[in-house]
Amino acid sequence: MHLLKDNSGADGRDSQAPVYRQIPVKLTAPSMDHLDQLEAQSIYIFREAFARLKKIALLWSLGKDSNVMIWLARKAFFGRLPFPALHVDTGKKFPEMYRFRDHYGKEWELDLRVEPCPPIDAVDPTLPPAARSAARKTEGLKMALGKYGFDGLIAGIRRDEEATRAKERVFSPRGLEGNWDVRDQPPEFWDHFNASPPQGAHLRIHPILHWTEADIWAYTKRENIPIIPLYLAKDGKRYRSLGDQDITNPVASTATNIDEILIELEQTKVPERAGRALDHETEDAFERLRVAGYL
Amino acid sequence: MNMIVTPASPATPNGTNSMPNGTTRPQVRIVIVGHVDHGKSTLVGRLLHETGSLPDGKLEMLKAVSARRGMPFEWSFLLDALQTERDQGITIDTTQIRFRTNSRDIVLIDAPGHAEFLRNMITGASQADGAVLIIDALEGVRDQTRRHGYLLHLLGVKQVAVVVNKMDRVDFSADRFKEISDEISAHLNGLGVTPTAVIPISARDGDGVAERTDRIGWYKGSTVVEALDQLEPARPLEALALRLPVQAIYKFDDRRIVAGRIESGSLIAGDEIVIMPAGKIAKIKTVESWPVTPVAGRQGAGRSVGITLDRELFIERGDIIAHAAAAPRETRRLRARIFWLHDKPLAKGDQLLVRCGPKETRATVVAIEKAVDPGELESRENKAIGRNHVGEIDISLSNSIAADPYTENPRTGRLVIEVSGRIAGGGLVLSVDAGQRAVPVDIVPVESALRPDERSARYQHNGAVVWLTGLPASGKSTLAKALERRLFTNGGSPILLDGDTVRAGLNSDLGFSAADRSENIRRLAEVATHLARNGHIAIVAAVSPAREDRTTARRIADTAFREIHVATPADICEERDPKGHYKKARAGALASFTGIGNDYEKPEAAELVIDTSTRTVAEAADEIEQMLKATGVLFDEVVDLAANI
Repeated sequence: MHLLKDNSGADGRDSQAPVYRQIPVKLTAPSMDHLDQLEAQSIYIFREAFARLKKIALLWSLGKDSNVMIWLARKAFFGRLPFPALHVDTGKKFPEMYRFRDHYGKEWELDLRVEPCPPIDAVDPTLPPAARSAARKTEGLKMALGKYGFDGLIAGIRRDEEATRAKERVFSPRGLEGNWDVRDQPPEFWDHFNASPPQGAHLRIHPILHWTEADIWAYTKRENIPIIPLYLAKDGKRYRSLGDQDITNPVASTATNIDEILIELEQTKVPERAGRALDHETEDAFERLRVAGYL
Repeated sequence: MNMIVTPASPATPNGTNSMPNGTTRPQVRIVIVGHVDHGKSTLVGRLLHETGSLPDGKLEMLKAVSARRGMPFEWSFLLDALQTERDQGITIDTTQIRFRTNSRDIVLIDAPGHAEFLRNMITGASQADGAVLIIDALEGVRDQTRRHGYLLHLLGVKQVAVVVNKMDRVDFSADRFKEISDEISAHLNGLGVTPTAVIPISARDGDGVAERTDRIGWYKGSTVVEALDQLEPARPLEALALRLPVQAIYKFDDRRIVAGRIESGSLIAGDEIVIMPAGKIAKIKTVESWPVTPVAGRQGAGRSVGITLDRELFIERGDIIAHAAAAPRETRRLRARIFWLHDKPLAKGDQLLVRCGPKETRATVVAIEKAVDPGELESRENKAIGRNHVGEIDISLSNSIAADPYTENPRTGRLVIEVSGRIAGGGLVLSVDAGQRAVPVDIVPVESALRPDERSARYQHNGAVVWLTGLPASGKSTLAKALERRLFTNGGSPILLDGDTVRAGLNSDLGFSAADRSENIRRLAEVATHLARNGHIAIVAAVSPAREDRTTARRIADTAFREIHVATPADICEERDPKGHYKKARAGALASFTGIGNDYEKPEAAELVIDTSTRTVAEAADEIEQMLKATGVLFDEVVDLAANI
């Protein structure tokens, strides 16, 4: 496990150097395991996005999913991220997350763009409090889109984490206002993607849409991808999903390493985003956010 | 979706998931299809319950929601997680749900039955290893049942289990069951699909789902859960011939990496390969990876890889890398069986964009046959393929591609069709007409005896393609000749390729249709690139009005390409008219003449733009020389030849 510890030294590194998987020399083709298949599919999607769109960026939320995404992109492009990593910053993340961003932004040589969100007053007052708070991120995202003119944004959402996200395409067109029309999604099959957004609109690209929470952890462990320590249990609690400090709550847990997280996931019947206040305010709050362009 | 939290287990080798007890479990993706309201969502809800996959409290919560809304509880509520769905009473999209049977991890892709959402059904079903086709025992086989059966065939889903639902509505009649079973089996057999099971069930009450109840005591076959447990997961196509469609060529550092996913077969460093459709031969030097590179060992189907070759060849996105002995066919004509999703019917003569893997080319529909609505019992043949209908088409491609019939390779033997930037249809390649020219797989390029640096030391420049584009009479040829003279005077090796001159010889077989113009430009670019690779500066002067054609030229010449837009205003060009072409065109005597219409597409990112109406020829040549220096073609310190004498 590769951790950026909160009490670590000046460079913030775990003392243990990363150990990369040795690739065995074989004459016959080694068969692919489940994670190999997921990885190959994600790499394919990354390369399609890079080939077919003009100006793309990866949305880096600093969480476990987007860190796996950056890792996969570096696999796709042989060690580099050939487009910017965009952090739409609410200013309310945990200190551990900012430390992580500043450290790995440098170490991974990311072209990091940090974009602030507008104040809460600028957001739809009819939304419930947590959703309204999350909607700031949508506004911040829209501002970044206007500023840079990206025609593709790579986002780390997964089908298994939330019902409305299960409806997503891998290449998901957005309207001119960044909105998502769930009723009029184009067909997508055989890894052929719709990659021609109308002038002024953009696409969301979802390279890990087909992964599960357990896949993310198993891969993080196998590849020794760094994680924020908040995911591990401290005083009987850990975060399964990391959002803004004021609208994210930890879950009861004793898992202090990734193996224990995986065992816990085997047994739990609590949804991953249970700690995310915005998912539970009204039955349709999350969908309203997503239609408006939220991730 | 969030309410189903029986996640896939951590992975272990062999493409399977490990169980706590150490056994392995294959993952199988399934889709449930059928006519709207025949009970898909109810079956899914019931399956989740029967396999113990529901989160704690979910069932109670939904029952409470139902009570609050004054509606009786329905199993389908489990799936109708979206507000909009509950409002409309229909499932509108693909949802992925996971649950377990005895020996399988099942990923269930829900696919809507409503005809409006056929594109969503296809999106879902195209990812499935197996399918469950559901039929209402009271209503029997309906149009959407037949249509979905046909689409499963076109999508290549071979494992199909049929369930006859709502048996409680027909008093669990064995006769009614047999009637439906016979009808659907005949339909599927006609498509070459043999159902793995036909099962009588009542999804609402649970009969036949996980248990053979007394009410269906006459039925001795497998239950739905048992049928799902017998499905086989998809196997990578390693046994077939190598197909590596090229997604991109990366030059992030000194490596030139050809990237793509192996669709079938396998490869290893040292393999001799052929790049189709061009038929160029090379050897794989290394298989690149990250963080460890290069990787040894054989790479099989399903892997996303990057390879380097032992020689510099022009390769582009969409090419297919294969072994020379079993290469795909190079063709400009295909026959395909397709389904059509666009509002406007597909008709003979329609212009399309066709994609085979990463390859994209424009195409024209030459013929349409067997255009039918697969939902109808009596199929009437139409001239065009309507929305949600199927048919066979002959298409002529504007660029040659490498392709396989689907019977030889299910991955490279399929295509999709795009209209206005949106996927509008897709299907199977039935046959490939390779009659146009023999596949030149035995061509082995002979490499030059000279090294590039030997040439550049003599010429004091690198090889380049200087491409002058602009309206007729804009001054391209004049500039080209001035540049040629100047480079030659400085000891360089310029070679002029004038569009008109080349048309008189090499391209004398070409006319002025869009296709011929494209081919004219392609040949110019190929010749110029060959010269550039051998250290010369090829100066091309050609109107080359189509941006797409110039993009092709840039792709071919790659980093050697320098585009100069000779942007003399149109009125001045027409005034000059040294060849009298404008006058003839105005008189209507010169069809397809570029200049008096709006058919010249300006370059968007030329290396240099020159207006010859505001500067002398010498000034313009100076600017070109400066640009060639700034972009690394001409060496900065020009050796004064005279000083060395």
